[in-house]
Amino acid sequence: MAAGVEPDQSDPLVRAAQEARLREVWRPPRGLFLRWTDTNNNAVGAWYTVTAFCMFLFAGVLALVMRAQLAVPNNDLVDADTFNQLFTLHGSMMMFLFAVPMFEAVSVLILPQLLGARDLPFPRLSAFGFWTFFVGGVFVAGSIFFDAAPDAGWFMYPPLATRTELTGAGADVWLLGLSFIEVSSIAAAIELIVGVLKCRPPGMRLNLMPLYAWYILVVAVMILFAFPPLIAGDILFEAERLLNWPFFDASRGGDPLLWQHLFWIFGHPEVYIIFLPSIAIFAMIVPTFARRHLLGYPWIVLAAVGTGFLSFGLWVHHMFTTGLPAISLGFFSAASEAVAIPTAVQIFVFIATLWAGRVLWSTPLLFGAGALAIFVIGGLTGVMVAVAPFDWQAHDTYFIVAHLHYVLIGGALMPLFGGLYYYWPLFTGKKLSDRLGRLAFVLMFVGFNVGFFPMHVAGLMGMPRRVYTYPEELGVGALNLVSTLGVYVLAAGVAVVVLDMLLSPRRAHDRRNPWEAGTLEWLAHPKQENWGVRSVPHVESRYPIWDQPGFVRDLDEGRFYLPDAEEGQREVMISSVLDAEPVQIARVGAPSVKPLLAAVTLGGVFIFPVFHWYSAAGVSGALALAMILWWLWTGTSVIPEKSLKAAGRGVELPLYTSGPRSSGWWAMVITMTADATAFMSLMFGYWFFWTIHADFPPPPAPGLAGPGVGWPMAALAAIALGWLATLAARELNVRARVALARLALAAAALLTAAGAAASIAVPWTSGLDPELHVYPAIVWVLSIWIAAHAAVGLVMQLYVAARSLAGRTTPTHDADLRNIVVYQHFLAASAAIAFGVLAFFPGLA
Amino acid sequence: VQSTFSAFGAEALATRTLGTSMFVVAAVLTVAVLALAAHAVRAPQGRLDHAGGMRMILWLGAVGPTLLLTALLAFSLPMMRPLTAEPGDLRIMVDGEQFWWRVRYGRAGTRDEDALVVTANEVRVPVGRTVVFVLESPDVIHSFWIPGLAGKVDMIPGRSNELVARATAGGVYRGACAEFCGLSHANMAFDVEAMAGAAFDAWLETLASPAAEVSHDGRQLFEEYGCAGCHVVRGHFAGTPIGPDLTHFAARRSFGAGTAPMTVEALAPFIVDSAALKPGSMMPPFEHMPLQDAQRIAAYLLELD
Repeated sequence: MAAGVEPDQSDPLVRAAQEARLREVWRPPRGLFLRWTDTNNNAVGAWYTVTAFCMFLFAGVLALVMRAQLAVPNNDLVDADTFNQLFTLHGSMMMFLFAVPMFEAVSVLILPQLLGARDLPFPRLSAFGFWTFFVGGVFVAGSIFFDAAPDAGWFMYPPLATRTELTGAGADVWLLGLSFIEVSSIAAAIELIVGVLKCRPPGMRLNLMPLYAWYILVVAVMILFAFPPLIAGDILFEAERLLNWPFFDASRGGDPLLWQHLFWIFGHPEVYIIFLPSIAIFAMIVPTFARRHLLGYPWIVLAAVGTGFLSFGLWVHHMFTTGLPAISLGFFSAASEAVAIPTAVQIFVFIATLWAGRVLWSTPLLFGAGALAIFVIGGLTGVMVAVAPFDWQAHDTYFIVAHLHYVLIGGALMPLFGGLYYYWPLFTGKKLSDRLGRLAFVLMFVGFNVGFFPMHVAGLMGMPRRVYTYPEELGVGALNLVSTLGVYVLAAGVAVVVLDMLLSPRRAHDRRNPWEAGTLEWLAHPKQENWGVRSVPHVESRYPIWDQPGFVRDLDEGRFYLPDAEEGQREVMISSVLDAEPVQIARVGAPSVKPLLAAVTLGGVFIFPVFHWYSAAGVSGALALAMILWWLWTGTSVIPEKSLKAAGRGVELPLYTSGPRSSGWWAMVITMTADATAFMSLMFGYWFFWTIHADFPPPPAPGLAGPGVGWPMAALAAIALGWLATLAARELNVRARVALARLALAAAALLTAAGAAASIAVPWTSGLDPELHVYPAIVWVLSIWIAAHAAVGLVMQLYVAARSLAGRTTPTHDADLRNIVVYQHFLAASAAIAFGVLAFFPGLA
Repeated sequence: VQSTFSAFGAEALATRTLGTSMFVVAAVLTVAVLALAAHAVRAPQGRLDHAGGMRMILWLGAVGPTLLLTALLAFSLPMMRPLTAEPGDLRIMVDGEQFWWRVRYGRAGTRDEDALVVTANEVRVPVGRTVVFVLESPDVIHSFWIPGLAGKVDMIPGRSNELVARATAGGVYRGACAEFCGLSHANMAFDVEAMAGAAFDAWLETLASPAAEVSHDGRQLFEEYGCAGCHVVRGHFAGTPIGPDLTHFAARRSFGAGTAPMTVEALAPFIVDSAALKPGSMMPPFEHMPLQDAQRIAAYLLELD
């Protein structure tokens, strides 16, 4: 149908036919097994949220056991070993299996609704991320039933955690299981960034985005830069545990502090990754119940972005007691205090909005107010511990336990429960009970404060953290008993919420938009259709339901974009990054079992090495690669049957784009940014060892002599030529010189393969012994990193060559080719840095 | 007592004042913010207009905290400078080991390793004199913390950290390991005594002397069971210094790194199976040692004052 001859949306029959087609296209798969192949954000988001919530309950129960043990001095309810597993798993699960996944889960669930979109740009990636989380999460959480849970603390400091005689398989469960989950976190971050940047409805410029979307953007970018250093650290850590490469072993040139740096470069932003999304939920709730626009939108956006930036400059405040020079103490104290400023801005934005508006009391707002009270205290104790001299006393005591729970329960958990009461009607069509909600709030608020406030005092009275028991003479018995009672009251509050949710199916449906909110997500019907929105709206305000006359009716009658699914395909609008001009109608994946299979097989790669089953891991890896290629081959960059399609309102959009206009290209850029961050973290390790040693690299000796210049330069040359040949293939292809383009790709593949081999030759030919000293070990790791990346580049080149031969990549449809060029840019740059440093830095040093 | 509230050192006293001041300001701020929030919720619609709201965010959200935090930083920066130590000051080498403390005192005027006076699980400091703690670890990370004296400093394998401190009042206190270090992290404390300078000098002289002669037959058993393989009793057994030095064992206030009182009843079972009291203890169990033998060894050790 050409533009201009548009269907008459006033005709109910036309609309009914459109609705029938949309319903058919977006119908979720049914059946005992097939339902798990769903990829739609409604299903995946719900599974994700429920799983993350179960992880929260499980980790909470672990805490209850700990509190029972600590209720009285010299208790012997659980032994030291069990207690260490309990607190390690409690912290690790709350961080990695609840807080971060919960943000991703909620975002997957509501981002499309917030943006008036039908789905996220990569539904199968969401499903893959969820299954990765599920497999990894069950593995890590389940380890405690086999007495094999990690027991070295969620911070896993070496040498305690690297020495296999002191820490058993639990440490491997932590490193490998959580690395696997980090994959899912990064997958979700990519999905959400592209979702926010490229899937906004027409007209929704960046400054009209709902605040939740802003926060998602900030937090997802933080994940992108915070998780890779941890992954780099995990690689070094497992290399030490499994292969005896001494990255953290002081006796062979390593340093335990390198891990602390890598861990906290991740670990501190992690705190903000956890609580910013909850502030974001709060930022959606407050305007609704203040009955007005949020006052100070530019301020709060700036504050969120500022918090994100600052959070990367504070990590050292977790290391104030490691013996740092006074200048570092001063700098990091100042930076740690400074982060309180954007936080204060956010708090006063909320206060100003409530002040200016007409406040309607409700359970979500009640949780919000309680959160504010708790969070203010947590923030102020945060400023206290940012002051180094005070931290020297408070560090690693129960004062910190109190502080971090005030921040995380006030800043993250309470708003999240507020969000639960707020958004429950969006997904079930029914409100939760106000009475039970208030009861739960009172129990949680009182229980929390009774439980955690005394810990400040216990800490200053000399009670260290992570003790399975304490002597009576410490004088903290009464305080601990009160804490235990309080925490059980808090748990009772959570139980009331769970009960409230379980009672929900018995309640009647509420009306649409029961809170009379102004933002797009409330367009959802109580008895939801799986298609998301009836038509993709044109947005001119931050609160379109309040501000745009006739908005809901126009939307429901399909008067905006994409009111139909004529070709029986799942379609979403892709728009430009800044101004949200529509640029493409993208076809997204339908339900498929491939993401599930890819996640399970990839899981084997991480899980089998815990048991030293390396051949099983290898087989699993090969299967995972096959699954991913199958998924990509059949489901991405599909050439549409026509080039343009009418989107409604006289707009005609292409069905296929490549390069920066497409979502896939952005996903590749974002993925490689994360990858480059991990690479730079490894390079940081190289320079870190240089700074702590008077002679690094060490004087040449058998097994220690550096790789020289020849092989590194050979490897770099091969990879760089492979990169140029790939670029040439792109240019030839776009000029329709298809045969030459294929030839160039073949040459590129050969060169990249040679580059991979030469990368391994770098440490191999010089006989560097990685078990001897940290210098050979880090040279090996960097060389393997480049070799592995070249190997992946090779697979990509062969894949695109095959696509070209199969007619799936053509001069006009070259998204795959353009995407792998992005990969090659990063590969060439990493190789230049790595081999440049390996070859020439020893001469300079 | 192991509390930052019972401060007896210069740094701990200053930190206590800092902490109290910050607590007072924080309490005032908390009440003020919550009162403002309560007022905001009750205020009728439109009482605060857009411009007024933006001004409030600017002044209370951005400018106010910036000024307060700058003041706090200016107040606290001088406290981040460590006390200065002179070359002649007393040096106490403390190694954190799983799960006890090896303590060695440098004698005045010498840095000779051989002249160090070795003891374990007890730290004594002279009141009014500057003391330099040299903190190291041969196994995993520990953290040396005497809350009443000064803040904690980590003991990190491969590194040597220093803590300079000065006790200002005498008394008996307690310190503990603050960094999670394994199974018995909770059972890794030590006794601390701050004593007058002259008494300290006399005590250090006694500590340096070998153990007095004792006739107790437990000494025989100590040798037969191979205890000297890991423990030194100067004057009785040269031994190998793997575990704690026991030369003046009975002069300490507790054993097992602050975990049990100095009685035969507590000590004998510990000799047989130390891991029952201290999980993960590195001392091997003596499963076949009759309790009577253990009691005689304990009685011998308790004569070593």
